[in-house]
Amino acid sequence: MSGISEQSAKPAAHPVSDAVGWAWGMLGDVLDGPFRALQKHIGANKMAYVFLLPNLLVFGLFSFWPMILNFYIAFTGGQSVILAERPFVGLGNFRELLDCPSYLDPKTCPVAGFSFWTGIWNTLFFAVVQVPIMVVVALVTAIILNRDIRGRGFWRAVYFYPVMLSPVVVAVIWDWILKRRGILNALLEDATNGWNSLITTRPFAVASVFLIGFFAGHLFLKVLPARLKPLYETQFKPLMLAAGLAVVTAVMMLQGSSFSFDWLALPDYRPVNWLIDTRSGWPMFWVIFVYTWAHLGFYMLILLAGLQAIPKDLYEAAEMDGTPKSRAFWRITLPLLMPTMIVVLVLSLIRAFQVFDEVYVLTGGGPGQATKMIIQHVYESAFIGDAKRYGIAAASSVLVAGILLILTLIQLTATRKKAGG
Amino acid sequence: MSTLELKQVTKTFGATKVIHGIDLAINHGEFIVFVGPSGCGKSTLLRMIAGLEPVSTGAVEIDKAVVNDVPAAERGLAMVFQSYALYPHMSVRQNLSFGLENLKTPKPEIERRVAEAARMLRMEKLLERRPGQLSGGQRQRVAIGRAVVREPKIFLFDEPLSNLDAELRVQMRVEIGNLHQRLGNTMIYVTHDQVEAMTMADRIAVLKDGRLEQFGKPLDLYNRPANLFVAGFIGSPRMNFLSGKIAAVRNSSVDVALDAGGTVTVPCAADGALAGAPVKLGVRPEHIRLTDGKEADVKLSVTLTEQLGGESYLHGALSSDEALSVRLAGQTQVKRGDAVGLMLADPALRYLFNGETGKAFPPLA
Amino acid sequence: MITTTDVSSFLTRRRSPHGWHWTDWLSYAYLAVGVLLVLLPIFWMFMSSIKSPRALVENDPRLLPYEQLTIPAADGSRQLGVFIWTKPDGSKADVAFVGPRGANARVYELANPSEIIEVPRTALARKDIIQPRFENYTDPTIGSTQSRTFNFLRYFWNSTFVTVVATLLTLVVNAMAAFALSKYKFRGRDAMVIVIVSTLLIPPTVILVPLFMTVSKLGMLNSLWGVIIPAIATPTGVFLLRQYMLTIPDELLEAARMDGASEWKIFWRIMLPLSLPALSVLAILSVMWRWNDFMWPLIVLTQSEVFTLQLGLSTFKGELNDNMHYLLAMTVLTLLPVTLVFVFLQKHITTGIANTGLK
Ligand SMILES: Nc1ncnc2c1ncn2[C@@H]1O[C@H](COP(=O)(O)OP(=O)(O)OP(=O)(O)O)[C@@H](O)[C@H]1O
Ligand SMILES: [Mg+2]
Repeated sequence: MSGISEQSAKPAAHPVSDAVGWAWGMLGDVLDGPFRALQKHIGANKMAYVFLLPNLLVFGLFSFWPMILNFYIAFTGGQSVILAERPFVGLGNFRELLDCPSYLDPKTCPVAGFSFWTGIWNTLFFAVVQVPIMVVVALVTAIILNRDIRGRGFWRAVYFYPVMLSPVVVAVIWDWILKRRGILNALLEDATNGWNSLITTRPFAVASVFLIGFFAGHLFLKVLPARLKPLYETQFKPLMLAAGLAVVTAVMMLQGSSFSFDWLALPDYRPVNWLIDTRSGWPMFWVIFVYTWAHLGFYMLILLAGLQAIPKDLYEAAEMDGTPKSRAFWRITLPLLMPTMIVVLVLSLIRAFQVFDEVYVLTGGGPGQATKMIIQHVYESAFIGDAKRYGIAAASSVLVAGILLILTLIQLTATRKKAGG
Repeated sequence: MSTLELKQVTKTFGATKVIHGIDLAINHGEFIVFVGPSGCGKSTLLRMIAGLEPVSTGAVEIDKAVVNDVPAAERGLAMVFQSYALYPHMSVRQNLSFGLENLKTPKPEIERRVAEAARMLRMEKLLERRPGQLSGGQRQRVAIGRAVVREPKIFLFDEPLSNLDAELRVQMRVEIGNLHQRLGNTMIYVTHDQVEAMTMADRIAVLKDGRLEQFGKPLDLYNRPANLFVAGFIGSPRMNFLSGKIAAVRNSSVDVALDAGGTVTVPCAADGALAGAPVKLGVRPEHIRLTDGKEADVKLSVTLTEQLGGESYLHGALSSDEALSVRLAGQTQVKRGDAVGLMLADPALRYLFNGETGKAFPPLA
Repeated sequence: MITTTDVSSFLTRRRSPHGWHWTDWLSYAYLAVGVLLVLLPIFWMFMSSIKSPRALVENDPRLLPYEQLTIPAADGSRQLGVFIWTKPDGSKADVAFVGPRGANARVYELANPSEIIEVPRTALARKDIIQPRFENYTDPTIGSTQSRTFNFLRYFWNSTFVTVVATLLTLVVNAMAAFALSKYKFRGRDAMVIVIVSTLLIPPTVILVPLFMTVSKLGMLNSLWGVIIPAIATPTGVFLLRQYMLTIPDELLEAARMDGASEWKIFWRIMLPLSLPALSVLAILSVMWRWNDFMWPLIVLTQSEVFTLQLGLSTFKGELNDNMHYLLAMTVLTLLPVTLVFVFLQKHITTGIANTGLK
């Protein structure tokens, strides 16, 4: 972050900022009375505690205390929100979650365990697929934006824009696109029909023959013994071969030959129920796609900042040394970007593990349980349905927190190692 | 009337003691300079006077009242910081009036004082600017102005000129001097530049490692340094020190046999010293003269000559391998590699220090 | 032929000095595709939001809001659809559709309303006109909808209230704490910093249940304060502001102390203005968090009077599949404030977030 000198460059006199400054001063003066009296009483140094107090109160009550409470609730049963009314059940909740013959097959678990393990496996699958894809795409985008691109600010802003949108808005947008009678199906249907009618036309056939001829000619050149090459190259160029074939085809067709590329025809398009289709992987695919769509820009931005932080004179020095550019990329860019990459990887992994909003609004975890994530399991155990199983939810949270803690520790050691090495 | 008195003031940061019991009494209207090498505790001492740093033991008295527990804001002092510490988000005018507003000074009075300070420091045109839009010298003046408008009992300056270039520094030195003349307030000024100290101070306090080495008028410090450190610190270029042993003690003088050969007589009280005791002879470069005759006290092999036109410096080594510098008026023919004979100053300008404690032998009464 | 240098010049930042390289084209193509992928869905939704319910149900793939032209029937009892009739001789005429008869349709030419003729339906094509439907927007907001299930103004007000109040509180509360933790020495300070930083690592999603119980015990369920208060003391904010305040020189505070300012005044008049860059980053983050927040409001708020926009929207989506036109319009209204803020503060937001690595 820049220092304080920047703002001192602003001109002092401005009616609006003057008015704001005046109001600011007034507010401060009004509050100054009591604080000054307090300071007289307890001394200047103790004022630190006064400044800390509001934060500590809120933090303690709504972060620290719940963290401890969570453990306790995990060992209690019943449906009451009043602690005193919750019976102690020992490891009962955990047993319900973990007592499975096989974790790989959630159906063998008790009801709560089924929901839990379905969520875990779905979330794991989601994270393992989504994170690498997103990071790679973000990296490629960042690298491209880091070139001498015109209008970098514009591109960067557009890619970042979805990050600003709320998960609900994102879900509504994509739900609208992915409906059975939605624009995506309409476009695909049009494209299929267009293709199927295109391949029956004569120009298409001629052009295809030309292309095939051209590539066949090149291939021929590759396999030809070196001795014969000069002859072939002077006599038939691949282009000539292609043109010749094309002309022959055209003539044949004019003569009425039924030469056709019908075999390229696609089957008639049948609209897909992208988000509801139970027999395909499409719902999970789109969940991953939409989530990536919404969050890519953030990681792209971080990686771009990392790339731009690499001093340019390093590249200039490498150029002076005659280092090939590919080598400069592998030996300068990537190593120096590594710390940022690790931050991005782990951050996105932690976030992916907590995915809820987008998925919940988009698919509601469906179809069936196909896209039900672990946080949805926690949420639904506690807040949905008639049986409010707070104990199960808390116990699940403890397990999830354990997983996240491990991820975080990995991040910390990784970053520490990077910083140290 | 504002006087300041420090009584056995000490300061400890954690386990390290950085001020070791300082006693100091400052009269009204004096211009006092704290001088000493970096890290000797000048700033710490000043900040304890200001109230920004609590004293560990001892007492700070302003106008005979102990102010140890009075917060900085209520001591009625003003301070000019080394980095100026101007509020970057406020205009010059706001910077000047901020303190007065805190004291609930009436508006017209604030305006009057700001205008007067601006006039005095020639910055009327700068009042609506922000610190970022000022030059170093202008910022310096604003920082001083911020202190001036408060009409403090005592002004405190912590190395206020160290961020300025040499020329501006000289100019600001004069301006601060004028300011002192005009306001007549007590001022305490911290610097590690002995030229600043000599030119500005009524009295100088020389500090070293958290101890007060000497406190007195500038010329007293120059003429009668209390110990090796003050002698070396005050005066430019530095005083030369030659080791030797007491050859003989007389009534009103001491004969010293130098390691570099030769014996010199120093008029001073022997102070209980015995023959054979190690001593240091101090001679200022400007008091040494070239001589080619037999009366040379020592011989110098010149390793470097600096010709400044109006004056020249010779640097070289004695036979004892001790370094020595000489200042000559005008220009010189001596070149590097020459060997020259030196006469070590008039006897009255020779200083003798105890070789172990570094204390000066007291001059004759 | 793709050589290694080609690939590498793609990867490194310097463009070849000889004008446009093919990697440049590829870069711009990539970017353009990406931008389309980002903007088209939003644009499509925006265009859909001004279409008629019928166009939405029919899934009209045209971008513009086409609607069939209708005219009132002669007796004024109903609206008749207008078609273009291609006559056997190839000429065309506009006709109004009165009713079907077998495979034919009974129509009359607009030029000659009195004479009803029968034409084959295959000779008819709908006559569409461009007709944006702003009622999609006005009905749920200022109009009087039959069913006021989507009370936009109420939700908008709730969201705005939560966002503004929470952001102001977040700024003040965290700045105060950051000030104490960066500019004072007191016992336990370093331990406190460590505690705060380490809770950065604990995601709020894992304390849903106890937090819910605490909030319900305090009687803040179904109150906007129950949404606002729990998250104002964010470790992120303290951390961010403290890091910035550490860079503000202590001498400034000492100068202010010499100037007789109280500690509060130093905070208010010196620290806060000087921390403006960090405060604005936190403000941006807070506005984003709060405006877009979904899960916590979903848990705390169950009555629709206190719904935020996000809650209202998701509930509306669940309830009314046939009211897609309202849902889309309301979605546009929901993303509009964020979009406007982004358009104006884009540079500030992206640099701020890039510098802190927070979202
Ligand atoms: N807050 C502190 N905590 C611990 N030690 C300190 C602190 N402030 C100063 N010191 C130590 O006290 C000694 C005196 O510091 P001080 O700043 O007073 O020196 P100074 O004479 O002003 O030096 P300079 O000429 O470089 O400004 C130094 O050794 C310094 O390291
Ligand atoms: Mg200092």
